[in-house]
Amino acid sequence: MKLSKILLALFLTAAVSFIGCKPKDSTIQKNIADKFAATPECAGATATVFDGVATLTGQVKDDMCKNTAETTAKNVKGVKSVVNDLTVTPPPPPPAAPTVSPDTALSQGVTDATKDFPTVKATVNNGEITLTGTIKRKDLTTLMQSLNSLHPAKINNQLTIK
Amino acid sequence: MSALQDKYKQLIDAANAAGISNLQVSEQGNVLHISGNAPTGAAKDQLWEIYGKIDPDYRAGDLILDIDVAASAGTKAKVTTDSTALNIRKGPGTDQPIVGKAAHGEIVTLQNKTNEQWWLIKTDSGVEGYAYAQYLSPQ
Repeated sequence: MKLSKILLALFLTAAVSFIGCKPKDSTIQKNIADKFAATPECAGATATVFDGVATLTGQVKDDMCKNTAETTAKNVKGVKSVVNDLTVTPPPPPPAAPTVSPDTALSQGVTDATKDFPTVKATVNNGEITLTGTIKRKDLTTLMQSLNSLHPAKINNQLTIK
Repeated sequence: MSALQDKYKQLIDAANAAGISNLQVSEQGNVLHISGNAPTGAAKDQLWEIYGKIDPDYRAGDLILDIDVAASAGTKAKVTTDSTALNIRKGPGTDQPIVGKAAHGEIVTLQNKTNEQWWLIKTDSGVEGYAYAQYLSPQ
């Protein structure tokens, strides 16, 4: 009788500790959140856990991130399965093509910009400014800043820098 | 990321960090165009410094760095010519007659920005006209 009581007690202890091995939903949820926080690809993803099933919601950068988040969640102890409801941020529209000034406007602008640098020769063709002649190094950035603000397609700098 | 964006990554990152508004980065015909409005002249100078480190002689011909400095009417601007006085003209262009001069280092008041090159300014002595923006730095 005594022995059976001891055995029962042992069995109960074992059973309780066995059940105790299974993480609670809230613990799993926190563990997933911690893993997500440590994984940059998972930024934007959150998980809710119910009966060991993790449901992922939120918006991530791309499909790769979506898969990474799913794998990350699956590898957390206690997760039975993952429902991946993550959405992917649509890619931004491609940047608009740069505006290039017409040659007449460019020529006028180039005349103004090179006025103080008589040793610089500049020609404009098809949106491209070509510089020849000589310039002092200390004046180079000033001239380039002026020319860059004219919206040319390209600047071919063939100046001799003194 | 394209090879050009990679080459000028430091510049693009700095432009983002410096709070350049309307920042646009685009490519056309193997030339990278970076444009936007800098909050201060110092922010613009910083970007040009980085450009100068990547391509000291600006010879590669693969970048157009078009950074305008934000300045509204009423802003004070310093004349930053090399040493000479800055011409103040009747209209926006070097073909326009000179109506006055602002001394090197003088502080003038911005009336409006006609375009990126020419600003309408007024000196403390009351001379009003157009001056080349490259030689004005908003204070």
